[in-house]
Amino acid sequence: MFDYNFHWRPVMRDLPDLIEAGLLTLQVASLAMILGILIALGLALIRLNMRGPLNWIATTWVEFARNTPALFQLFFFGFGLGAFGLHLSPYAIVLAGLTFNCAGYLAENFRGGFQAIPETQMRAARSLGMTATQAYLRIVIPQVLRIVYHPVTNQMVWAVLMSSLGMLVGFRELSGETQFFASRTFRIFEYFAVTAVIYYVIVKIILGASRLLASRLFRY
Amino acid sequence: MSQPISFFSGFQPSDLLFLAEAAWRTLLISGLAISIGTFFGIIFGWLLYEGRIWASLTLAPVLDIFRSVPLIIQLVLFYNFAPILGLNLDPFASGVVILAIYTAALVANVARGGIEAVGQPMRRAARSLGMSYWQDLRYVALPIGGRAVFPAWVGVALGVMKDSALVSVLGYVELLKASQILITRTQEPFLILSIAGAFYFALSYPISRYAARLEQRWAHA
Amino acid sequence: MIEIRGLQKYFGALHVLKGIDLDVEKGEVLSVIGASGSGKSTLLYCINGLEEIQGGQVEVDGQNVHAKGADLNKLRQKLGMVFQQWNSFPHLTVQENVALAPRIVRGLDRKAADEIAERQLAHVGLGDKLRVYPGALSGGQQQRLAIARALAMEPDYMLFDEATSALDPELVGEVLETMRMLAEEGMTMICVTHEMGFARDVSDRVAFFHQGVMEEIGPPSQIFGEAQSPHTRGFLANVR
Repeated sequence: MFDYNFHWRPVMRDLPDLIEAGLLTLQVASLAMILGILIALGLALIRLNMRGPLNWIATTWVEFARNTPALFQLFFFGFGLGAFGLHLSPYAIVLAGLTFNCAGYLAENFRGGFQAIPETQMRAARSLGMTATQAYLRIVIPQVLRIVYHPVTNQMVWAVLMSSLGMLVGFRELSGETQFFASRTFRIFEYFAVTAVIYYVIVKIILGASRLLASRLFRY
Repeated sequence: MSQPISFFSGFQPSDLLFLAEAAWRTLLISGLAISIGTFFGIIFGWLLYEGRIWASLTLAPVLDIFRSVPLIIQLVLFYNFAPILGLNLDPFASGVVILAIYTAALVANVARGGIEAVGQPMRRAARSLGMSYWQDLRYVALPIGGRAVFPAWVGVALGVMKDSALVSVLGYVELLKASQILITRTQEPFLILSIAGAFYFALSYPISRYAARLEQRWAHA
Repeated sequence: MIEIRGLQKYFGALHVLKGIDLDVEKGEVLSVIGASGSGKSTLLYCINGLEEIQGGQVEVDGQNVHAKGADLNKLRQKLGMVFQQWNSFPHLTVQENVALAPRIVRGLDRKAADEIAERQLAHVGLGDKLRVYPGALSGGQQQRLAIARALAMEPDYMLFDEATSALDPELVGEVLETMRMLAEEGMTMICVTHEMGFARDVSDRVAFFHQGVMEEIGPPSQIFGEAQSPHTRGFLANVR
């Protein structure tokens, strides 16, 4: 059926390098998620509790992150900032782009999570003599975490998939590394097929780990 | 700053038209992919819901692959695999095929959720009124379930519209590729990216706001 | 002792409490009755400072609740509160629900807090549910959990805000029984309630609220037997 001869040997030879690049993918995605979660918490709380310029900035961040392509955002941190003489390394471009994007999406999840906790929970906690901070940390936030756990997991998967855009800004994470090898050997299909499998495995590991963690964290 | 920013030098009004045409091509390729993908996605979703064993053993894992591999990898793979099969597809056709399959994989989940949202009791009630399976689907399950998942579907569609930017890697000149071309020529990355971003925002933001408002109204109804 | 003088409360333009004067003695059980919107629940929120007031004052054991700088968190430990919607904390087990506040507010160590929780839960008949999450409990059980949670702070007063209104009819009895038990143990209680049987049998005094005014207060025999105000008589005729 095929006139094409598949050559898998070069790919197998480079597999250790690809797996290592996969770890870099996982690293940049995790870092972006950690930063994204922290920023998203801030953005959500600002949007819920504040008016004025801070609210305006938070809203703009969220809407631009959600309404423009992730690749566009990467380009912006790449040569967009270059116009101001600010040249980020490929790693920094990907990290900044992913963080910006994840923070925007997560902020909306968090906002929904906070809104889903009835105000009466706060009242009940305060009636027991808890301070506002205690009530927030012990009663409200644990319940919000449960609500946003699933969306956060999904976002982590998205972050891994999105980091593949790194290959378009010269970052040698999994996709970038693959492209590098593929263009050297012209075995484009074989290399990218193997990389697809590696992505699939990474995603499955994340989902599995998340499920395991959830079963330990949430017993109610 | 190494050099003063001089807006508009090198950027001509005709370039704006070039970007607008490219934005139209973004709409074209994503509109086509979303339509085809939604059609198949609903069928897939229905098959998954009906839970025939072969559907959950074959269809589900395949769709799962398309949700677990970066779109850009899918595009590169397909673009390089089609010639192996003896197909000669241009970037546009390759883009439509992959974006449509990707859409279908996402819509399948949404559609199944919609049918599940209707719930057995309501469907039993419909059947007990003497409706046939198809009447029940047409007059009860689809309208109610469609309402429940319409906002989620809008989210998928807007996502695909934004992800269509990736077809630029195959050389298809949509909005983002056009911006790249212009940036190379004019050396005005900030200005041109801002215009491109404004185009995307103008396409996506009103629709997402509209969907959010609908969702809120339906939630209180 | 709780002393309320000339209490005024507005929600925006809405005048909810129009000059309330009321004393509640240690050991007394006071039931507050009246139609919905008569301001009786708001009264409770003003007593423990969950709502601000616009006039008059509330003193608990001689301490002005709404004075600037009043230590409300300290004060609320004296005033246990049970809500209409029981508001159990869904992410904590039954025992943790009760032990949390003693631990982080009163500063007890984990063991002491757990012991208090166990004791109070046994007291309200939930001694066998320690490790269960509230989601697995019935409404009546969750309301008894809320009572145990408030008692664990060892309060001097208990405020009940329509504690049985949100319950299915067959679950009302077990909660009223628990409240009656507290009354018999000598707890000072203010109960906003629609349960006229409870008000008549358990209270020392009954207050009738009508449109933000305390129309009438007196022993149950007076309110239920020879009410002075036509509003009181009208209300009682309707609920019976």
